[in-house]
Order: sequence, then structure tokens, then C-alpha cells
Amino acid sequence: MAITLRLKKELKVPINAECISPNVFAGKSIEEIAELPLWEGNCKRSLNDIFEIGGDCGKTPSEVIIHLVGSLSKAQRIAASMSDGEVKIRGDVGMHLGEEMKGGKITVDGNVGSWAGSAMKGGTIEVEKDAGDYIGGAYRGSTKGMQGGAIIIRGNAGTEVGCYMRKGLIKIYGNVDQFVGIRMRNGTIVVQGNAKERAGAYMIGGKIILCSHIPSVLPTFTIDSIKSKAKAEGEEIKGPFYLFIGDLTENGNGKLYVPKNRNEHLKDYEAML
Amino acid sequence: MGGLLIKNGLIYDPLNKIDGEKMDIAISGGKIVEKIENAKVIDASGMVVMPGGVDIHSHIVGAKVNTGRLLRPEDHYKDVEPKTAITRSGVGCSIPSTFTTGYRYSRMGWTTVMDPAMPPLKAKHTHEELNDTPMVDKGSYPLLGSNWFVLEHLRAKEYEECAAYVAWMMNVTKGYAIKIVNPGGLEAWGFGRNVRDIDDPVPNFDITPREIVQGLCKVNQLLNLPHTIHVHTNNLGKPGNYITTLETMKCVENLATDRKPIIHLTHCQFSAFAGEDWRTLKSASEEISKYVNSHSHVTLDIGQIIFTNTTTMTADGPFQFILYQMTGNKWVNNDVETETSSGIVPFHYKRKSYVHATQWAIGLELILQIKDPWKIFLTTDHPNAGPFTAYPKIIAWLMSQKARDTIMKKISKRARRRALLSTIDREYTLYEIAIATRAGQAKALGLKNKGHLGIGADADIALYDLDPEKMNLTKHPVAIRRAFRNSVYTIKDGEIVVKNGEVVKSVSGKTYWVDVKASPSLLEIEPELQKVFEEYYTVKYENYLVPEHHLAATTSIPIQAKV
Repeated sequence: MAITLRLKKELKVPINAECISPNVFAGKSIEEIAELPLWEGNCKRSLNDIFEIGGDCGKTPSEVIIHLVGSLSKAQRIAASMSDGEVKIRGDVGMHLGEEMKGGKITVDGNVGSWAGSAMKGGTIEVEKDAGDYIGGAYRGSTKGMQGGAIIIRGNAGTEVGCYMRKGLIKIYGNVDQFVGIRMRNGTIVVQGNAKERAGAYMIGGKIILCSHIPSVLPTFTIDSIKSKAKAEGEEIKGPFYLFIGDLTENGNGKLYVPKNRNEHLKDYEAML
Repeated sequence: MGGLLIKNGLIYDPLNKIDGEKMDIAISGGKIVEKIENAKVIDASGMVVMPGGVDIHSHIVGAKVNTGRLLRPEDHYKDVEPKTAITRSGVGCSIPSTFTTGYRYSRMGWTTVMDPAMPPLKAKHTHEELNDTPMVDKGSYPLLGSNWFVLEHLRAKEYEECAAYVAWMMNVTKGYAIKIVNPGGLEAWGFGRNVRDIDDPVPNFDITPREIVQGLCKVNQLLNLPHTIHVHTNNLGKPGNYITTLETMKCVENLATDRKPIIHLTHCQFSAFAGEDWRTLKSASEEISKYVNSHSHVTLDIGQIIFTNTTTMTADGPFQFILYQMTGNKWVNNDVETETSSGIVPFHYKRKSYVHATQWAIGLELILQIKDPWKIFLTTDHPNAGPFTAYPKIIAWLMSQKARDTIMKKISKRARRRALLSTIDREYTLYEIAIATRAGQAKALGLKNKGHLGIGADADIALYDLDPEKMNLTKHPVAIRRAFRNSVYTIKDGEIVVKNGEVVKSVSGKTYWVDVKASPSLLEIEPELQKVFEEYYTVKYENYLVPEHHLAATTSIPIQAKV
């Protein structure tokens, strides 16, 4: 039971597309779905003003598969709060993808904007290319970041990945910008590529596993030991790793794993062990 | 302005002793008149008709409210109101933007709202926001309980000079009443300290909170201000503070004449804690209500807790700092030069928390145990204990024990076991609700044309879809909530502004302030003040004053002082 939404024309202003969600589509006919309201800039439109809609969808969210085709980098809040089913996006997509989602799966074969999976509680988001900032983070001002589920980015990610994260897994295959795991409470972040400075700033708990180079570790982290491996939600990553504990400015007990072999410049820390 | 005739409504007008009578109400020229011909008729059969709601204490505008808005984007994110042909866009939830505040009050049938905390230094900002709060009449109380000039005059027992200063202050800030927050404590907070109780002297000033409250109460009487002093007690929000609260009420007992109220204790739920610490916290509602029941010089409002995520904000900087330390939440704290302080901390009241659930019970216990509804009014100290949009919920709790029991089942077990609330079976009638939400508040504020439907009153009226003749309301709390959430009609100054819960006309609403007339010799304090200003303030004297043209719809209330 798949339904396809094809973008009719290039988006000039952002659309607020939280209605594109298995939970909203479930049990509706194509005609009803076509009439769903959404905002394009400050104008209220219906879904078929923006998209060509085809196929049909199931009665419950778990039976719904939504295919989205087109350059949707200006489409925000797609699949927000979804709890089941699947959303497959061919092309780029904008901010707040899968915000507060509780279950189901979103796959994107292009890039995603910032705040993908922010405050999500369950489910999976998989992105083939790059992601913006605040992946799995909290909305501005809130202290509730990602609370469950998994986000997998095959490309690079921006700053503040996993901001205020409380649970779940974020895995980045590419590089990350500054402040990965900032203010993290719990959960796991794995970065296969390089990380920029200030990893784990203000973190209180949780685990950041870096698998490649980082220019420096914050002075408010203290070296704990050298570990031969690190565990990320059942998966074992081979080391050896320097294990840092911090952030001490917050009396934090977060774990920051930094690979020994790729970070010769941190060798001086060994003297403190 | 065309005339209106409201026909066949069930009228609740406590100030004119009308308790649910079927009557017609005629409106012309924005006022209630005896009769009118050829007017538009509103058929109000099966509806309850009350004067427009009055809110004596609701932080809706000003510097700290606006800082609260900036502090909490996550509060607004999920509560967005798009613009319509009539209304402007805005955001909620616990600290709605100014326009949204006006619309939401009006949709519930409220037509007058008083902002209770204006640092005089921020008066211009406050009035700019009041100008942008449509649909309701409004006013603001300048904070004077820790003001250096006031403290110095009161220390020297110069009551007339202090009265002159307060009169000047009302005039230059366009204020409405004397607000006292944690008397003396806010001055001490400027130096990182606080006062412990009502007899603890204020550092550097050699004056006690007791003397400040008594002094300003005398000043209030000298100036003949329409409202009493509006007091937020010392030690607010601390276990065991009910003793301070009782002392505060007692300390002005002797100043009372002719059984009229002379002190208003605001959000008294926060001031009615017994026990030694948070673990042993108990309700002191019984002690407070016993005192209030046997004295006539005091009025209160509750500041009822709502179980929700809200934003606390008061001028009580030291209290807010304690709250920050307790919660670890983000916070703002500020010292306003020689005048006051302020603080903001987001807060989540949870049903399962013993302390929060006890606080919830204390509020309701107070309003249910104080027998005379003219003495205690319904507020949430918006947004401190919850947003004002929760009033319909509280009205349902007051009118229906069933509604209270439903919540009781969900709260912390320990709180439920210990709460006096479960033993109270009083249920408010619609007549009493009209007192607690309108008539009583208008009377306490001294607004003669508000809160009633007599001839000559302002035509501020709310019509609710509720028929007590057909339905036993105590058994149907949901119907009560639904009815008060959206009025069928809200009429402001004789115009229909809300119909079926939708704003149909945007009106600006007046800003009230008291224009105190005293003997000219007493008011010649400006040259003296100007000199001291240079020394004390970071702003120029000329920039401090709020000129009348700064107010969009200025309405001064001339008052003849006794001095």
C-alpha cells in the first residue's frame, strides 16, 4: 500500500508539511489526502496544490508507505510525530524531518536539513547524504533532545549533533562539525569520520565514540583510561581508545572515546594516567 | 455605537444582588441603560449572562514578561495562532504574545485585566505592551515595597512626604495601585541578601518589612487610592511561611476603619505553607482561612496551581533564585536599580509530586474554606501557577466536587492522604463564581463601572452557553469548562467583540491610571527628586516619566487625596 507524492513545481518559500505523515494519511482516501491543509509561506494551501498524488494507502499507520519525490529542501516538519509506517524520500528534505517521531522509518536518499529527528522518541531515520545542524537535538529553548530510536547519516553532519540527547543512537559515517553531543544527558553518538573541536561540551552523561581525528579535547575533560574497544548499542568498535570523562564544568559523567592511533597529538594525556 | 438588547438571559449580577433571574439588558453608547428601542436583539435564552470578567492579578505585560517570552521559544512553538482578517498572529502558551493575550481573555469573556508588577523604571515598556494588548481594559501596579525613596521616607515616619512621592509615582508611571513584593527583601537582594521575616530589618535601611507594609497602608489611606495595597508576602514559597502571612495581615489590623478591606494578599496559595521543609510541607489553609473568616480588612486571590508546564516570573528575585537552584532550569534574574528585582524560571507542576499536589490542594482549600466569596478571588497568578486560560478548569473544580475528585485520584498518594480538600464538600454556585471572577475583583479594585450590570455600568458583558435550569451543573463539570472556555458573546463597551469563541471585532481597550490630586504644596517635590535622581539613577529624570500621550487609550481616574 504505497502512496506517491511528486512535487509539482520548485518550492520558492518554505512549506510546513506536518500533514505528510502515515498517521495522518492512514484510513483516508486519495481525495481526502489531496485536501489536507498545509501552509506555504503565509498562504494556506491544500496538499494537491503542491504535490501530484497517486497510489493508495492503508487503514492503519503501519500499512502506510509514503514515497516523496522532488527537491523538498524547503519542506519542513515532514512526518512529524509519526508513530508507524514508512516515509521514503527521493531527493533532499528540509528542517525538522521526523520531529518527535515515535516509531516507523524514514529514509532519505539526499540531504536533510537541520533538526532531523529532534526530540524523537522512537523509530529510525536513515539519510544517504549529508545532514544539517542539531541532528537529534532539542527544539530551541527546550531541554528534551532525542529520547529514543536511531538516526543514521551516511554523509557529514553539522554542529551540535545530539544536543540535549537523552536516549537512543546517532551514527554518523562522515565528519561532524563542532559541539557534537553538547549538553548530552544519555544515549550514544558514534562518529566514523573526523570531528571538530569541543566534542561533548556540557555533557552530563551518555557516550560519544569518535573513530577518527579530533583536533583537541576540551580542558574540562579528564582522561580516565585506555580502552581496547568501545560498545555502541550492542556493536563493538575496535580501539584502542583514550576514554575521557566530562564535562567537569557540569559535574558530568559523560564518556568521550577518542581513538589513540589517529590522535598522536593527544599522547601527552597518557602521562596523566 | 448602536444599541443592543440582551433578551431572556439568566442574569448573575452579584453587585446588584441578582442571582439567576431572567431579565433583559439594554445597552446604548457603551453603557447599560434602562431601556432601548429599535436595538439589535441578542436572544440569550438558555444562556448565563454575567458582567465581563475582571482579573486582579495577571502578569501579562512588561519587561520581565517579555524576557520570559524570549527565554521560552519552546513554549510558543506548539501554540501558534495564525492571523485572521480581524486578529493578528501570535503565539502562546504560558506567556502569550500581547495580542494573543487580549484575544484569549476576550474569548473567555474577560474584559478587564490588571498587570500587577511594573518596575517604575520599566513603566514605558509596560505601557507600550499594554497599548498592544487589545480587547481588555487594563492597568498596572508600580512596585513600591523596596523603593529607596519609600524606604527612606517610611524610616523617618514621613507619611505625608511618602504619600506625595507615591502620588507623584502613580502620575509619572501611570500606575493604578501600590504593589509590594517581598517588602524590603528585594532591596536586600541587590546585595545578595534577603529578609527572613516580617521583623527582620532591611540591610542598610534600618526599617522592617512590618513598617513598610504599615507605612504604605497608611499612605494608601492618605491618598484614597481605589485599590488597597497589593501585597506579595515575605518568605513566599517557603515551608512554614503561613506565620509570616498571618503576621502581615495582622500588622495592619489596627489601621482598618469601617470594615473596609485595606490590604490585598495576592496569590496566597504560595503563602500558606506549613511544615519545616519540603518533605514535611503541609497546608496551612485552615489557619489562613480562619483568620480571614473572622476579619474584614483583608482580601485575597488564590494563585491556583495548574498541573502544567509554565513559566514562573515575579519581582521576587531571591525567591526565583531559590527556584532556579531547586530545578536547575534556565533562569533570568535582575536587579532594577533602586526599585526592585525580578526573576524568571520555567517550571513544571506535576500531579505526582507531593509538593505540587499539596500546593494544588492548598489553593482550592483556601477558596473553599473562606466563606465570604467577596474576600477571595480566582486567579492563577498567570503565568506563575498556570496560564490564565485554565480559569474554566478552576471554575469547574470550584463548582463540582466530582471534578475535584477526578483530579484527586490522579495526584500524589501522600498528598491525597494528607489533603484537607477531600473533606470539603462546598460547591460554588454560579452567583459565587460571578463574585470570585468579576464582581468581587471589580469591587476590590474600586472600579465602579465594572463587574456589574446596573444602569450606568460599562457594557462589558459575557454570555455563556450554560443552562443551570436544565442541567445539574455540579454533575457536569465538563459542560462548565466548555462553556467558560469560549463565551457565546463577549460584549466590550457595548460592542460584540467575540461570537461563539471567535473574535469578530478587535477593540483597543482602555488603560486606567490614578491621577491623584493632593494639596499643591505637598506635590512640589520634583526639584528635590530631580537632584536625587542624578545621584541614584542611570536614566535622566526627563526620560523616566511616562507622558500621557504614550498611552494609546488613556483613562485617568481622578482621586482626591486626604492630604
